[in-house]
Amino acid sequence: MTDVKLSDVSGPYFGQYGGRFVPEALISALDELDTEFRKAAEDPEFAAELQRLHREYTGRPSPLTEVPRFAAHAGDARVFLKREDLNHTGSHKINNVLGQALLVKRMGKKRLIAETGAGQHGVATATAAALMDLECVVYMGEEDTRRQALNVARMRLLGAEVVPVKIGSRTLKDAINEALRDWVANVETTHYLLGTVTGPHPFPEMVRQFHRIIGEEAREQILERAGRLPDVVAACVGGGSNALGIFNAFLDDKDVDLCGFEAGGEGIESGRHAARFSGGALGVLHGARSYLLQDDDGQTLPSHSVSAGLDYPSVGPAHAWLHDLGRATYEPVTDDEAMEAFRLLCRTEGIIPAIESAHALAGAMRVGKAAAAQGRTGPDGEPLLILVNLSGRGDKDVATAARWFGLLDQGVASEELERQEGRG
Amino acid sequence: MSAVTEPATGPQTGSSTSDLIARLREQENRPALVGYLPVGYPTVDRSIEALKTLVDHGADIIELGIPYTDPVLDGPVIQAAAQAALDAGARVRDVFRVLRELTDYAPHVPVLVMTYWNLVLKYGPDAFARDLAEAGGAGLITPDLVPDEGADWLAASEAHGLDRVFLVAPSSTADRLRLTVQATRGFVYAASLMGVTGERSEVGSRAEQLVADTRAAGAANVCVGLGISTGAQAAETGRFADGVIVGSALVRPLLSDGPLTDDEWAARLTNLAEVTEDLAAGVRSARANALTDDTSDAAPAGATISGEAP
Repeated sequence: MTDVKLSDVSGPYFGQYGGRFVPEALISALDELDTEFRKAAEDPEFAAELQRLHREYTGRPSPLTEVPRFAAHAGDARVFLKREDLNHTGSHKINNVLGQALLVKRMGKKRLIAETGAGQHGVATATAAALMDLECVVYMGEEDTRRQALNVARMRLLGAEVVPVKIGSRTLKDAINEALRDWVANVETTHYLLGTVTGPHPFPEMVRQFHRIIGEEAREQILERAGRLPDVVAACVGGGSNALGIFNAFLDDKDVDLCGFEAGGEGIESGRHAARFSGGALGVLHGARSYLLQDDDGQTLPSHSVSAGLDYPSVGPAHAWLHDLGRATYEPVTDDEAMEAFRLLCRTEGIIPAIESAHALAGAMRVGKAAAAQGRTGPDGEPLLILVNLSGRGDKDVATAARWFGLLDQGVASEELERQEGRG
Repeated sequence: MSAVTEPATGPQTGSSTSDLIARLREQENRPALVGYLPVGYPTVDRSIEALKTLVDHGADIIELGIPYTDPVLDGPVIQAAAQAALDAGARVRDVFRVLRELTDYAPHVPVLVMTYWNLVLKYGPDAFARDLAEAGGAGLITPDLVPDEGADWLAASEAHGLDRVFLVAPSSTADRLRLTVQATRGFVYAASLMGVTGERSEVGSRAEQLVADTRAAGAANVCVGLGISTGAQAAETGRFADGVIVGSALVRPLLSDGPLTDDEWAARLTNLAEVTEDLAAGVRSARANALTDDTSDAAPAGATISGEAP
């Protein structure tokens, strides 16, 4: 193990985490996917095609933006944002989706299924399906279809079928259950395009590989712009794909602190949160062993967050491993803190972030202020350098934010908002 | 390997499940009927009554499900029952009380617990195996645990003398079949089709080949489940399988949207008894049908079994 770099550790296990806790019916498809993934990784044509799509379709490389007016609220730090929000479809999700969709073409499968919470991954999958002429079915908890009605319409515009899931908590976890049931029944013709670094092997490793470009670009960009590596890299962690994507390029740079921020919801003590590292324990969900929010019996507990994308009771096994190694730290950020950071970035920099990404912004503010209080700086007294993965844009969250901050006048606009959210 | 020196005529020593299946095959020329119900639906006490009804009306082996929040290999009927059981307060530990009552009531009926892995992981695999054995349970059916991930369970089941029922599917490769068969004790659970539990109009066409392939991989006992809901389907499947596993068709008669009065519940149990008898008649006619080419519906009633061990 000593000669394998942390950034190159491969599945099926990350320490004691990961694995394949799935019905036998899926094993041969997972083996096929694993084989195809490894073949593609060696194939220059695959890399060239993915690179072309990144450049011509997604708009990569995504920019690195320094945000000094925002940074004034983060101690004395310099803050740079990796702008995954500027990707086509509005988040980092497209990186993984295009990679997997190209694999699907190679495997000759014609049908994609996916789960989605807020709708970002569902929209990205529907987009890739349209681009590559694949059938697409997206499972979405009924609660989430109501909260994110516009994203449902976006997916339908793109030609996908959206199936509201009406069992259990009717959120992301249940959408994954339903996607797995579909996959068991149709695995010979269908690829399950899982949207994050969870699930059975090879998904955690494969999805990391498709997102590692985030960190690789950011590393190069910050070296060029700031002349050195960052002191801190901050990212929000739901399943953990954007965080792992940016962390990965810095895993073997021991002086770079890697900070993941989970959804603290209404606070850990409230029980209404999605902070797996603060309130979870070893468990198995959706094919992987990791940290899990569960009760004394091992039943999955419902998670809570103002951000649908972080509202998931487990977390990618590689994060569990990095946590136990002490290589990355994971702290909860409450709904209130995240929404304050959300508002601040809008006002100071003219950037509306996804509420998920606002958790990383709030984390960066916390780290920056703590450093200032302790007199911690970068090397040679330079300002602390914080790199934040701005994983998505906030267009989808405008309704939530408008309600949170009371931004709408009474009357027509307010009614329209209520109607869109299915609350009328 | 067993230390027993007698010739290896029996497939696996020390499994009451495989002993029973072998006896039914040799003495009655028929497959076993394996009936599934979840613990705690609609309540723990009523689930015990329902399980006794299964035993009284012809189930040879019981598959006792523990309700779980995320049952990815179950279709709508069993999902609904599991959710309702959890809503009614069912706990994992209830399975041991139900097991005790059931095995006291019918000591000749092997009871296998079907559970998703996290519940066992949380309890502790060895502690779970110990308490299961103490309560008279025969072993576990593990729908989301493949032998590759099962080191803890292999050790615990070995230590406590329990069956390990793993699943195979039409998509399983020859290598996977061999691996699974080697890890199994009791019987191999062959999924008749690619899919989740639930009633279907036809039994999967790939079931017979899968049973043959699983036998070729070394399995002594292969039972078939998923999608079997009628006596006729049980008879059809029982031609080639060592056991026929039925779940959703037994849960469905018990489903209701709200609490049931005692009379309403009694009527549900009568329905359950009828469905069970139809299936029991099916497994009893399976091989007779094959000989006489009589494919008409199985006899509806009179299929209750004598019940005592040999």
